[in-house]
Amino acid sequence: MDLSYTPQEEEFRARLRAWLATALPGLPARPSPDDWPARRAYDLGWQRMLYDAGYAGVHWDSSPVLRLIFLEETERAGAPYVGANFVGLLHAGPTIAAEGTAEQRARWLPPILRGEQVWCQGFSEPEAGSDLASLRTRAWRDGDCYVVTGSKIWTSHAEVADWCELLVRTDPDAPRHRGISWLALPMDAEGVTVRPLRTLAGPAEFAEVFLDEVRVPVAHRVGEENDGWRVTRVTLSFERGTAFAGEVVACRRVLTALARAARENGRWDDPVLRRALARLEAEFRALWRLVQWNVSEAEAAGGVPGAGGSVFKLRYSHARQELYDTAADVLGADALDLDRPWVPARLSALAYTIAAGTSQIQRSIVAERILGLPRGR
Amino acid sequence: MTVRFRLDDDELALRAGVRELLGRCFGRERLRAAVDAPGRLDRELWRTLGTAGFFSLRLPEADGGAGGGLPEAVLVFEEAGRALLPGPLVATHLAADSVPGAAHGETVVTAVDGELVEWLDAADTVRGDARGAVPLRSVDPLTPLHRLPADRCPAPDPVAVLLTAAEQLGTAGRVCEMAVEHARTRKQFGRPIGAFQAVQHLCAELLVRAETARAAVYAAAVTADPADIAAARLLADEAAVRGARDCLQVHGGMGFTWEADVHLHLKRAWVRARRAGGSAWSEERLAAALTDGPVAVSGAVDGEALASDVTDRGTRG
Repeated sequence: MDLSYTPQEEEFRARLRAWLATALPGLPARPSPDDWPARRAYDLGWQRMLYDAGYAGVHWDSSPVLRLIFLEETERAGAPYVGANFVGLLHAGPTIAAEGTAEQRARWLPPILRGEQVWCQGFSEPEAGSDLASLRTRAWRDGDCYVVTGSKIWTSHAEVADWCELLVRTDPDAPRHRGISWLALPMDAEGVTVRPLRTLAGPAEFAEVFLDEVRVPVAHRVGEENDGWRVTRVTLSFERGTAFAGEVVACRRVLTALARAARENGRWDDPVLRRALARLEAEFRALWRLVQWNVSEAEAAGGVPGAGGSVFKLRYSHARQELYDTAADVLGADALDLDRPWVPARLSALAYTIAAGTSQIQRSIVAERILGLPRGR
Repeated sequence: MTVRFRLDDDELALRAGVRELLGRCFGRERLRAAVDAPGRLDRELWRTLGTAGFFSLRLPEADGGAGGGLPEAVLVFEEAGRALLPGPLVATHLAADSVPGAAHGETVVTAVDGELVEWLDAADTVRGDARGAVPLRSVDPLTPLHRLPADRCPAPDPVAVLLTAAEQLGTAGRVCEMAVEHARTRKQFGRPIGAFQAVQHLCAELLVRAETARAAVYAAAVTADPADIAAARLLADEAAVRGARDCLQVHGGMGFTWEADVHLHLKRAWVRARRAGGSAWSEERLAAALTDGPVAVSGAVDGEALASDVTDRGTRG
């Protein structure tokens, strides 16, 4: 059990911290959440700054520990989040890096790292949510193109994306996991329609994407035909690994701010509320240690995020909801005012136990893959 | 490659060694024999533990100890919790440097803890003022208890809190295994009950609670920070008590019998949850940490303004 870092890692941290201190004051003002083009420009601009400073590929080519330090320090410094670069940097990019040809890597990766192109993710469908492998968007081969028809849902940043990592069914007769292929879809292709999807949190954070006989060159397929499920799984586990490390740091900041607010409005004197905040402090301290534990395990396994990611995701998604429910207790009647701090975040936290595999699916994964229980029904 | 925040080879060997020792000198038959002879502390077992270094673990080697630290102690007490080892283990361990004979298992030391004293009649030495203590009919057959007329406990020793949390972690891990074993083998409606999602999900939550508590307990052993210890305690109490309850539920009617070991874990977890200030002390300790201002992450201190909200990022699909 060792929580110390190597001199090289401490040096990385110090260098990053020094750079953040000089770089962040030069950032433009954050755009309004509803202004998609401005958000795109802001997020790509931040990625360009990371690129120029030598941090663009930290999620791809660094050790898990350096990634963790990067997420921790950028969050502590209040740096922008990956935002519109999320899919490019954390899903599509690593997939292309691992499974793409030399030409595909040369074509798609540099623009992601330089902050020039935005990717979105076309995985989920109205009839294929937790049961992703049942997806029905069809791709027929026609010469050197696929002709794609179907619809995708829960696509973040679709309005401003250049590319979409798309899962399509290329063999409807194969067992459902085996007939899927991974395609890079240019979002300006003919037949692509994007419709914003308003969520209970208000702003349109997601979109639906409709595909009507869209022609996608066969050269845009990454991996073999019908091997898309395996290609995708290379990177899906990341989301349950270290991806939320920065958010744990952020949640601890929220907790400190909640304690201050409670002291100011007198609710801190209520032992029930005070101890609820204390228990959340215990929770997020533990979650941070769990991240460190999982990162150490991943490092020992050669950089592959392990099953601990599902354990973390289950616990963290619930804790995040608890955090904002407790924030509502601190706020009192103000908890019903959308203009108060923490109220919008309370709404968006509701997605955490659903997105990237519902808690129910995660529990089944833990039970069957970690505990070795028989396949459920 | 650096080992980092996981168990290194020495720690794995220590854990395996203690598990093997306890399996030999306090296996299931001895456990059930102890249940049938309540109140009797096995002095031979106590000496065996002493010889193995259970109590002298953290004493310097020059004083006949193993020169171990809190991480080693936590691993050993986790195994003790797993095995439901009876006796005032934490109090005797903490007395190893001050009470003659404690280090080598010759002396049994107990301590006044809040309004309770464990193993008062069996102990050779009592730390604290136990005057007026009256026996109560202990809910845990393996922990005799006396009740004091008033709380005479000063602030609890953080090491006692941490070692208690380690014992709770042992129970949390063990009840998870017991639930999974039962779910795999018990058949109803023609299939193992572990094939039913309702049962699977209970088992999954058992693991999630145990593994989260494990990270917190091990980290607190490394940092020895009282707030980290308080956090570890709350997580480990929850993992043990809630875990034993869910394990009992997975066992169905069998879980409600005296013969099954599940109730022994639950009852011991209840006893431990009352020790060393209970949850209240740890909660208030963490509440104080929250208002101290700076939040320490990975050892560093973050003194910046903390007013900002988490950016509303939505989720990604």
